[in-house]
Amino acid sequence: MLQILLGAISLGLLWAVMTIGVYITYRILDIADLSVEGSIAMGAAIAAQLIYNGVNPFAASLAAFLGGMVAGLVTGLLHTRLKIPALLSGILTMIALYSINLRIMGKANLSLLRMDTVYTKFEELGLSHTNAVILFGLLCVLGVVGILYWFFGTEIGCAIRATGNNSQMARAQGINTNNMIILGLVISNGLVAFSGSLIAQSQSFADVQMGIGSIVIGLASVIIGEVLFGKRNFFNRLLSLVMGAVTYRIIIALVLKLGMPANDLKLFTAITVAVALSLPVFRSYLRPIKKSMRGESADAVDQRNL
Amino acid sequence: MLSINGIYKKFNAGTINEKEALTNVSLTLEEGDFVTLIGGNGAGKSTLLNCVAGVHPIDRGSILFDGEDVTKLSEHRRAGSVGRVFQDPMMGTAANMGIEENLALAFRRGQSRSLRWGISNKEREKYREALSQLGLGLENRLSSKVGLLSGGQRQALTLLMATLIRPKILLLDEHTAALDPKTAEKVLTLSDQYIKEGNLTTLMVTHNMLHAIQHGNRLIMMHEGRIILDISGEEKKQLTVEDLLKRFGKVSGEVFANDRALLS
Repeated sequence: MLQILLGAISLGLLWAVMTIGVYITYRILDIADLSVEGSIAMGAAIAAQLIYNGVNPFAASLAAFLGGMVAGLVTGLLHTRLKIPALLSGILTMIALYSINLRIMGKANLSLLRMDTVYTKFEELGLSHTNAVILFGLLCVLGVVGILYWFFGTEIGCAIRATGNNSQMARAQGINTNNMIILGLVISNGLVAFSGSLIAQSQSFADVQMGIGSIVIGLASVIIGEVLFGKRNFFNRLLSLVMGAVTYRIIIALVLKLGMPANDLKLFTAITVAVALSLPVFRSYLRPIKKSMRGESADAVDQRNL
Repeated sequence: MLSINGIYKKFNAGTINEKEALTNVSLTLEEGDFVTLIGGNGAGKSTLLNCVAGVHPIDRGSILFDGEDVTKLSEHRRAGSVGRVFQDPMMGTAANMGIEENLALAFRRGQSRSLRWGISNKEREKYREALSQLGLGLENRLSSKVGLLSGGQRQALTLLMATLIRPKILLLDEHTAALDPKTAEKVLTLSDQYIKEGNLTTLMVTHNMLHAIQHGNRLIMMHEGRIILDISGEEKKQLTVEDLLKRFGKVSGEVFANDRALLS
């Protein structure tokens, strides 16, 4: 059981980097960016192919990050310069990346068994593979949280937040909102691809299919984090994302342990996200019912709200 | 300061919904001019303001700020010279960001943004002082989210943001129309105060004839995309609502068609 838990935590930390990427587009920019489904597999493909060819695994992970940034740039240009709706721009990039990822790897999957990965250095210190992943994953997550906390406090970071919050106001304050959207997508997809490279190295293979459903997993992690761990301030929110990603993995490990077939996982995740996203609607239905049960009419409630 | 030279603006050109919103509009504002702009529904008032701000590119003509041709500059590149307050109080501020963060965004209007910290302690003091002049108690809530403020508070904050860096042109687009009468009066008084203190060149759209007469040193009326009345100086000081309605009828041959303007 402890082994399962540690495994879930290690995987959760690697997915936390991806979750933070999804948060940047979904919450800060207010865009549901589907290109992440392609860029997570792209990160895995780039890192795997480079490591397979003897490149230093750290350099390979960095290359994955840069590759993801390019994918984000493409989505950003499609959306802002060519005026294609954000959702469709993301889908176009995602589909294009599927072919590109096949080209990068030359086939549908690539094994990294017995190759040096970013975790090898830590394993040489005497750590088990899982513990090595947890340690390096934690380092990466803390690094990313620290950098993003700083970045979104800078002038440019504030401009990105303003763009996502109220683009008309942002333009009135002299912010080039198109460039800010592109920048946000670039950073987000870079992080997602980096996360993909870490995941591929921890499981010792990269697969062109590994991105399918990842946006939903990212959203589930964002929402679980917000609901369970709060969103008081920005630092707290970033930590919530990490906790959300880890919690998601623990939940999945538990339901699998309880006997749910692995094939039903994506259905389970989709239902979880659908329920979580519709909570506000249910709440607004429930409120008048609750009040009327306490003997107040709905009119009285309305009047008080005015 | 602001010169608008023969501008035309057509929406949905070439379609069945084609509408000529501005037809050969020319207008020159001197430094410190406070112009009130009034007109019926669809007269082109807001379109004119949006063209000055760069929201809509114009079809013909030119727009100059202080002699500099800005006709081809996009909205965000003109922003350094333009302060704006919108009709919708939600429009001018970022609800999920703090009061001080909104002010810091406005403080950097027209400057290039870098990786410096988004707000400094020195600025905070400045903002606290500026906010205390609004008399709304916002100076003690610097880090509160703007989304928690009332419409009137947000509009007052937007006004402060628009004038924090002295704009070459201040554009007020029916900025009190969505507020209750008491709050509207307060925001209007604040506007007068900022405009006077800064000697700001201002273009204010209003649907309220009384406001248009009481404020500013020049009154312009628009109808069907054209300027049909331009009254300033002593003549404006003597003006009454009845005069205005009569002169509108004479110039346009129609009855003034803005129910909101007549009721208020």
